[in-house]
Amino acid sequence: MLAYIARRIVYVIPIVISVALVCFLLVHITPGDPLVAVLPADASQELAAQLRAAYGFDRPLPVQFGLWLLRALHGDLGNSIATGRPVLAEVMRAVANTVTLAIAAAIIGFTMGILLGLIAGYFRETWIDKVATSFAIAGVSVPHYWLGMVLVIIFSVQLNWLPAVGAGPNGSNSWAWDWAHMKYLVLPAITTSVIPMGIVTRTVRALTGDILSQDFVEALRAKGLHETGVFRHVIKNAAPTALAVMGLQLGYMLGGSILIETVFSWPGSGFLLNSAIFQRDLPLLQGTILILALFFVFLNLLVDIAQAAIDPRIKRG
Amino acid sequence: MLIKTTTRAALIAALALTTAAAWPHVASAETVLRIGMTAADIPRTLGQPDQGFEGNRFTGLTMYDALTGWDLSSADKASTVIPGLATEWKVDDADKTKWTFKLRPGVTFHDGSPFNADAVVWNVDKVLKQDAPQFDASQVGVTASRMPTLASARKIDDMTVELTTKEPDSFLPINLTNLFMASPAKWQHFYEKAEGADAKAKSQAAWTAFAKDAAGTGPWKMASFTPRERLELVKNASYWDKARVPKVDKMVLVPMPEANARTAALLSGQVDWVEAPAPDALPELKQRGFKLYANEQPHVWPWQFSRIEGSPWNDIRVRKAANLCVDREGLRDGLLAGLMVPATGTFEPGHPWRGKPTFEIKYDKAAAQKLMQEAGFGPSKKLTVKIQTSASGSGQMQPLPMNEYLQQALAECYFDVKLDVIEWNTLFTNWRRGAKDPSANGSNATNVTYAAMDPFFALVRFLQSSMAPPVSNNWGFINNPKFDELVKKARQTFDPAARDAALAELHAASVDDAAFLYVAHDVGPRAISPKVTGVVQPKSWFIDFSLVSMQ
Repeated sequence: MLAYIARRIVYVIPIVISVALVCFLLVHITPGDPLVAVLPADASQELAAQLRAAYGFDRPLPVQFGLWLLRALHGDLGNSIATGRPVLAEVMRAVANTVTLAIAAAIIGFTMGILLGLIAGYFRETWIDKVATSFAIAGVSVPHYWLGMVLVIIFSVQLNWLPAVGAGPNGSNSWAWDWAHMKYLVLPAITTSVIPMGIVTRTVRALTGDILSQDFVEALRAKGLHETGVFRHVIKNAAPTALAVMGLQLGYMLGGSILIETVFSWPGSGFLLNSAIFQRDLPLLQGTILILALFFVFLNLLVDIAQAAIDPRIKRG
Repeated sequence: MLIKTTTRAALIAALALTTAAAWPHVASAETVLRIGMTAADIPRTLGQPDQGFEGNRFTGLTMYDALTGWDLSSADKASTVIPGLATEWKVDDADKTKWTFKLRPGVTFHDGSPFNADAVVWNVDKVLKQDAPQFDASQVGVTASRMPTLASARKIDDMTVELTTKEPDSFLPINLTNLFMASPAKWQHFYEKAEGADAKAKSQAAWTAFAKDAAGTGPWKMASFTPRERLELVKNASYWDKARVPKVDKMVLVPMPEANARTAALLSGQVDWVEAPAPDALPELKQRGFKLYANEQPHVWPWQFSRIEGSPWNDIRVRKAANLCVDREGLRDGLLAGLMVPATGTFEPGHPWRGKPTFEIKYDKAAAQKLMQEAGFGPSKKLTVKIQTSASGSGQMQPLPMNEYLQQALAECYFDVKLDVIEWNTLFTNWRRGAKDPSANGSNATNVTYAAMDPFFALVRFLQSSMAPPVSNNWGFINNPKFDELVKKARQTFDPAARDAALAELHAASVDDAAFLYVAHDVGPRAISPKVTGVVQPKSWFIDFSLVSMQ
């Protein structure tokens, strides 16, 4: 197992460097001026050159990339052009908010998805299956920003039960797991959860149905195993695939959703990415993409390791 | 009976006690004004805000003052420059590059340190003197271009300072509204505590710390700051201008870039005030009793014509025809639901820089068609023009539907308008590079909105031939000796009334020349809870939050 983990970690290194290179190049080759956030349109050539030199944008691209990577390896992603604040602190704060949202959404989405999937798979081709599947299809089909707005209209504007935007009450500078804060989480978490809920439902339904139709299940029943015991075997067989799907979904959620976070003004990584793109804040954009890519890569790594731990056939392969 | 009397006495006593206990609470209840901004982040708080004039509105003019300020007290008159931290100023009679500013006595920064000539010099150096410890490159961009001729500052005595410009420039007092005075003592405190490999790193760390705990001289003091989430300001009870001591105890600023989210937050009572509500929600907002405010802003939504060789706009008949072919009232009442003011130039009647143009910009399709026919065009020979615009962007209002409206309108005057829609920052970058640059994609006009607060921003950068790219925003390479002469005259006229007259002459000349296709002025719409009173929305990008009360 240790050899497997070491091998997987080694595979991650070139991926991370490639991700860093791609995100660095992407933001440099797109049209527009990297100093647009601080340089007014009527800035003189002299002022533009002065600021370009101050931010190091006058150097050749390979040099810029080398310096950026070197600093990144030391945990320094530079400062945001627009705000002057350290990029790492900006990104980590946003990621913390997105993680909070992702955890809440995962709890809702995965619980609902597993439950609906199991029920639908067990009662395949019945009306119960049809109802559960309808939920799953709706989850992946409904545009989530639209759902977010509908929820806001109902629960914030009409009923006035929950806040429409933000991530905490006035005077609060950090997140806390109390109702004063959590009420800000309810609507964005439900909105974020619908896609993973739909995908997990469909996956678990298919897996459950497939496993239940296999010969070994008949054999277990023939041996007189109680239906609960049979179901335990079904869950155990479905778990590795379901876990991989949930891992991927969690990865997507940890990346943040620009649309959902913008609709709810939730100050997470999607919201940050949106600001960075619109302000063309290159250090912030690069830092955010890099951190999110790293999250995704390491989350995949963890899922792979978890899968291998559950199913020994994987590490042999 | 005794029991009854005792019970009544006890009730009265309890009521009295309850009332007495409640009274001080009611009397001291804190009033909080919560505002949803359109910005995606709190504009920078360290003295020179980013995010354009929304930044100045929320974190500039609230926490800071400049040597000169804007009169924001009237909704009817154009906002003009008034004394701020300087009480008076004059240019040197012998050397017109030197200005003396008398400073306001008795002003202190929020940290208690005094405002004086040293503070002014320190604040000028923070953006102009590269070897000054407090020099901050990140503040230069949003400052230097707004006062392009300012060269240096020198203390004469504690309450007098001399500012020097690179060339004689009567616009300086107007430009100085953008240079906000931060507390040198507070910054020095952070500098001394900062860790860093060298002075530059320490300086950067000091500015970062200052941004979290800023001190200016303005009517609002920073209370708490959560980046990208909220900024809480409390009233500065000892503000030097007693008439502008805030009436509200606290103001909370929340970034909400999405119009529907802002509107929902207002409707659900989460905020009391939103900038630019979603246009389609206006009827519901009105129906629910929210107050809508809008007023003409110094802002122009134009087509800026290319005047390079071969451009179809080089024929003044074509420029005039375009200006006469647009039904601006129709655009206002239909597409924009009343949220614009038809533009008949950069400045409208009543503004001191309006002047008396002889070419009247209005909707006159017959006259437009006649001009186009004189220029050689007609129903069977249309003039093809290509316009570069963006799908969104700061101040762009609704660029695509508005340009499509113009496309349809101009088609009736024998124009065939092709739209080249590009990303906002790319459009903005091309604005600097000009019509000759390949990034213009061969466009004959560009559609970038502009602020018209000061003469340089409003007129000079577009009309003076030496402001052609890459120097500034004369995108279309206008080269008109009359404009150059009038710019020089305005810059070198130091009596404010005479300077205004010279600017009016320049503006009238630009309208008579149909220098742009003038379409609209934005109106800065905002929706506000009926609990908020005393709101005066001036003809400005800015607004005075000090006047606002909460019921």
